[in-house]
Amino acid sequence: MKKIKIILLAFAAMIFASTAQARDQIKIVGSSTVYPYATVVAEKFGKQSKFKTPVIESTGTGGGMKLFCAGVGTAHPDITNASRAIKSKEKALCEKNGVKEIVEIIVGNDGITFSHSAKSQDANFTKEQLWRALASIVDVDGKLVENPYKNWSDIDTSLPNKKIEILIAPPTSGTRDAWNSLVMNKGCSKAAISLYEADGKKAKKECAKMREDGYAVEAGENDTLIVQKLTANPDAYGFFGYSYYLANKDKIKAAAINGVKPSLEGIQDYSYPIARPLFFYVKKAHIGVVPGVQEFLKEFTSKKSMGPRGYLTDIGLVPLASDKYKIVRTAATDLTTIKIK
Amino acid sequence: MSKEELLKKRYRAEKRFKFYGLTSVILAILFVLFLVNVIFSKGKGAFSRTTISVEVDFNTEKLEIKNNPTNEEIQDTDFYDLSIESLLNVYKTKGLKEEKDLIRIFSPDYEFEIKNFIIENKGFLNKTTIIELTASDDIDQLNKGNYPRHLPEERRRISDFQLLIYDKLVEDNKIQKTFNTFLFTNGDSRDPELAGVGGSLLGSFFTIIVTLLLSFPIAILASIYLEEFAPKNRITDFIEININNLAAVPSIVFGLLGLGILLGTFDFPRSTPLVAGITLALMTLPRIIIPCRASLKAVPPSIREGALAVGASKVQSVTHHVVPLAIPGTLSGTIIGLAQALGETAPLILIGMVAFVVDLPSSPVDPSASLPVQVYLWSEQAERGFVEKTSATIMILLTFLITMNAFAVYLRQKFERRWS
Repeated sequence: MKKIKIILLAFAAMIFASTAQARDQIKIVGSSTVYPYATVVAEKFGKQSKFKTPVIESTGTGGGMKLFCAGVGTAHPDITNASRAIKSKEKALCEKNGVKEIVEIIVGNDGITFSHSAKSQDANFTKEQLWRALASIVDVDGKLVENPYKNWSDIDTSLPNKKIEILIAPPTSGTRDAWNSLVMNKGCSKAAISLYEADGKKAKKECAKMREDGYAVEAGENDTLIVQKLTANPDAYGFFGYSYYLANKDKIKAAAINGVKPSLEGIQDYSYPIARPLFFYVKKAHIGVVPGVQEFLKEFTSKKSMGPRGYLTDIGLVPLASDKYKIVRTAATDLTTIKIK
Repeated sequence: MSKEELLKKRYRAEKRFKFYGLTSVILAILFVLFLVNVIFSKGKGAFSRTTISVEVDFNTEKLEIKNNPTNEEIQDTDFYDLSIESLLNVYKTKGLKEEKDLIRIFSPDYEFEIKNFIIENKGFLNKTTIIELTASDDIDQLNKGNYPRHLPEERRRISDFQLLIYDKLVEDNKIQKTFNTFLFTNGDSRDPELAGVGGSLLGSFFTIIVTLLLSFPIAILASIYLEEFAPKNRITDFIEININNLAAVPSIVFGLLGLGILLGTFDFPRSTPLVAGITLALMTLPRIIIPCRASLKAVPPSIREGALAVGASKVQSVTHHVVPLAIPGTLSGTIIGLAQALGETAPLILIGMVAFVVDLPSSPVDPSASLPVQVYLWSEQAERGFVEKTSATIMILLTFLITMNAFAVYLRQKFERRWS
């Protein structure tokens, strides 16, 4: 019995001793879209530097912001990844909790690919066609009605005479957010927008509502699973980040949007219409407190990782154009903070 | 209806009923077989690793290192030039693109692998030797037959030139398949060929230890008190109902509790086995108390009365007689409770265990993942190699669960006394 007591006491002492220590490992939270890139940098950083490998949690952009803005001190994360820019509400939350100095880094660009099985014919869609296929309410003959389209050819006779089947990301995902703002809102027909506004409704919100009659199916956050489903069903379409398309080029094809197929160059200069920048945010107050934050920033923004021939491009990140890259690199070395109010 | 007809009807009903029962059993077995088959056929590849033989010349002059160096000195030496030179010797290349293609058939850790080799085998300094280097994920998948090679080049991740090298290497017998020790020793990695469950195994181990240390003593004491000492009144009835209710509370609720109290109020470190262990201990407590009480109840009153009759106190009768007889039941209840905790994912998501952790945890307060969380994390990765890694992790987790449950059954069969 005595032995057990001693072991228990030692165990408890060990736990309390080590919780009291300051954190010596960078903590990163945030977007699942940036996660694949951040983890690669973290792993290289851990192997090459004398610092520990940062711990990265995939919480989603919104969840990450909440944790990041909860306060200053080692109990809170040092960096948050985001697949969109920080919102003014989140800035206010940060400010309220004393997180006053934030460094914004643009990691690069990501294109959302609208893909289908490699077995089916190449396809080309306009944003409006995609909106008409996905929206819950569309305008027909000047009236707003429940989406009546069953086949692609109902929308436009040039499209194939096949049933509409689209696998969509759940509302919590950053990809869905980006899809909503880049496709559902941009593709929303003018007639529908004016009809919504005449009703006193917010067109932005109404246009992004997706149909729930079985033609658009929610497929979960797991993009690998969507790829598998697309492979099994040659009539289905799905959307996800460019890196998933690159990794599965043997099984799936990307459809052209407004006649443009996704490519590195197209996403970089935004000529591919569904491209967006990816970010991460750093708490300046933690630099010098948690060891390695500044060095990690330097590694992440180095040419070797983010540059056009960097290792992040190998896994699908689309690098920044060189003028933009210079701005980001300066922000990382000089720790330029963003305006919080 | 005549008597005979009625009788026939009843026989038919019985036959039908038996048939339904048998069908559902067979269906259940088929589902399990299907699941196991899918997991095994996908996951077995992860247990082997593809390596490529490379000739390396450990020339101390070229490495700018003195003879008989210490481990630290080797560690500080730059092996990059030597590594690249050795890799490029594998196949004749022209131009930068081909060189890059050639280097990319190796896992990006080649420099560390060569360095570690020489640290462990210092005798090879100033000698030329053949080292087995890990192949990249793409070559590994190609070698295992999981990647198609008949597609046009632009739809393949492997270039025509890399295929040429691969075929030549296979012809020269320079490509081997070995047992994948990395799967058990390495932490998480973004390169599937280097990723392992070592970190999450340790994480799960620490978690279960914390859970065991907290829940076992509390559950035993609580059940002994409730069963042997507590008076039967409304308060104890109320407690009993609540224990039964708690056992049925979904695990995610305990995750929220851990998030709110342990992380929120007490500022315990996120993503650590300590917090996971405490959270899971709360979840497991009622699930252990119930079987513990059942096994205490199963000890016949004659044992207690016998002890009391020869002059033992109440505490003595319980600790010397009742508890030892109930131990097999309590142990198997505990093991089954812990096995459930081991497979739990939902509460761990909330307390931040869904994290990319490369370094192996050395104590319960280091950040780490756990086995079920590793399954979740890897199932989301884009790289092809993670598909088999995911299934392999499921296989490892299932092995643990089956072993624990089998051990519980064994304890019960072997030591439990039947009172007739």
